[in-house]
Amino acid sequence: MMETTRTTYSVKKANRLKTAGITAAVIACLGLFLMPLGYGIATALKSPDQAASSEFRVLPLSPAQVQHNGEKWDLYKVPMADGSVKTLAMVQKGRQMSTFADPANLDTPPIEWKGNWRTLTPELQLDPQWSNFVTSWQAIDFVNLLKNTLLYAGVSTFGILLSSSFVAYGFARFRFPGKNLAFVLVLATMILPNMITLIPTYTFFFSIGWVGSWLPLLVPAFFANGFNIFLLRQFFMGIPRELDEAAKIDGAGPLRTLYQVILPQAVPALVAAGLFNFFYCWNDYFLPLIYLAGHPALYPISVGLSAFSTQYVIYPYLVQSASILASLLPIIIFFFTRRFFMEGVVLAGVDK
Amino acid sequence: MKLRTNQQERSERRWGLFFIAPWIIGFLAFNIAPMIASLGFTFTNYNPANPDKTQFIGLTQWIRAFTEDPETYPAILKTLVFSAICLPITFGTALAVAMVLNSKRLLGKSLFQTLFFLPTMIPTIAAALIWTGILNSQTGWVNVFIEKLTGFHAVGSDGIPWTTSPYLIYFTYSLVSLWGMGNTMIIFLAGLQNISVELYEAADIDGAGWWAQLRRITLPMLSPVIFFNLVIALIGLLQYFAVPFTLNQGRGLGFPDGASNFLAVDFYAQSFAFANMGYGAVLAWVIFLFGLAFSLLLFWSQKKWVYYGGEK
Repeated sequence: MMETTRTTYSVKKANRLKTAGITAAVIACLGLFLMPLGYGIATALKSPDQAASSEFRVLPLSPAQVQHNGEKWDLYKVPMADGSVKTLAMVQKGRQMSTFADPANLDTPPIEWKGNWRTLTPELQLDPQWSNFVTSWQAIDFVNLLKNTLLYAGVSTFGILLSSSFVAYGFARFRFPGKNLAFVLVLATMILPNMITLIPTYTFFFSIGWVGSWLPLLVPAFFANGFNIFLLRQFFMGIPRELDEAAKIDGAGPLRTLYQVILPQAVPALVAAGLFNFFYCWNDYFLPLIYLAGHPALYPISVGLSAFSTQYVIYPYLVQSASILASLLPIIIFFFTRRFFMEGVVLAGVDK
Repeated sequence: MKLRTNQQERSERRWGLFFIAPWIIGFLAFNIAPMIASLGFTFTNYNPANPDKTQFIGLTQWIRAFTEDPETYPAILKTLVFSAICLPITFGTALAVAMVLNSKRLLGKSLFQTLFFLPTMIPTIAAALIWTGILNSQTGWVNVFIEKLTGFHAVGSDGIPWTTSPYLIYFTYSLVSLWGMGNTMIIFLAGLQNISVELYEAADIDGAGWWAQLRRITLPMLSPVIFFNLVIALIGLLQYFAVPFTLNQGRGLGFPDGASNFLAVDFYAQSFAFANMGYGAVLAWVIFLFGLAFSLLLFWSQKKWVYYGGEK
């Protein structure tokens, strides 16, 4: 009896150690994985001096200073004769001797210190340049990019949900000739490289004067796409047919059944599809680049950020702060919707 | 009675076609017609700058692509080499993270899941700018940390050229891709959660070790999910464009030393920078044919390695 208890106890202890070890290892990996984000934020907060500093510093640090009668004195760590190190304000620097003042009481007689001031370590303090975010916000014209991206995402999401739920309902609930072949083709369009159709499509949109406008990006959204048809169909198939039958007995036609029975049941899938499309538009680069070339006022965020990074390549702190700005909204939305979102990813990705 | 069934069937057929009509129209207008037209374009010298001079020139563009243009084969090779580097890195990491997140012995799983997913929300362009910042050979943290930790000379213009060496650049691009692994990771995790615990318990009783369990249980059970993600990832890599294009805007496409002159970059340069759309259409077809070949290869090979639970 005693023996068993002791074994269970030591197994438990070993398991607890294993848990602690694994958790610690995962934290370390996560730290490495997210480190570039730390770099981006730290760099975004640096001043030109801090960014150009020959001394490597992770954080945006500046020499600490005190003010005295309108003068600014830098603080240094000064080794004293008695072996202690004191933080003092440098009044006058010199190669052989410098004078310092006690930062706690600047009016006391100056302290003289023998030695080269360059050997001293400056006292540093955190000095983040939050204004960089304001500068890059204005320089990249963030408000306009945001407006464009929200317009792009909003209209295309509306179009995609409207048309894809229609088509998905057709595939989920009706029998018609060629249905299996049509569904295979729906799946095939998901892996069709968009470059194969681009040149004729571009030429066509160019000939009707749509290149340089949003229309080539928005109009196709109203004709459903493979990914969303598949996602919604998977979800619709899971809705019990008894609900359809009940609506039918009440005299509802297929259209009313779709809008009053199916769609209200499918809200999680619709939200997931809407989120996917929002993030897709926020990230979309190639097609807006092609269709909006030469019209920076129409750029969505990714194209705007890319152009900005080239223009401001010599200001790394502005490039980083603009990159952080461009990442904020998707991250915030993700935090609030992550359950919907991740369930949608699984729905679209696992049950094939 | 029989008549009514026929009537019902006919009505169902009509409604079905009515509902999928938007897709049929879109499929014809935005997929089938442009694909056929795209093939037609390859036999012309179409240039949108002077469309009136468009002529039918037979196979000239195809011959140019495969016998004269010195960029074509290298572009194919670079695309394949980059895929061969990027895929194992992203899939391996996504699988490893999913396995750890699925472990019984991890505290705070849902927090870790969210945080490992977080970089996927960062737009690709921003991720590319952040990664090339931290990998900058002179001011980036990576080289400084390497130099401080190992003493190896890594910082400076003669340091480790993560973003300027034609050999290291594929690794750097792969790191940017790694920040987009979230969907793959979540799908792997869901796949892992579907594997019955009893399989592992039985393997434990049989004395199978960690490696044997991974090879004999985890990977076969995950194979349908891996298959799906592999197809999507390969098609994405064939069209890899945004990251090298953004990073090279100021210094010419292909930097460093032509290493980033992938098929899609070459396609963009020919079609839109030089406006040789007839020739660009050939490159688009090359991309398409590679995608088709990979897809067919994967679908054909899935009999050998993809395990579909109940169906066998």
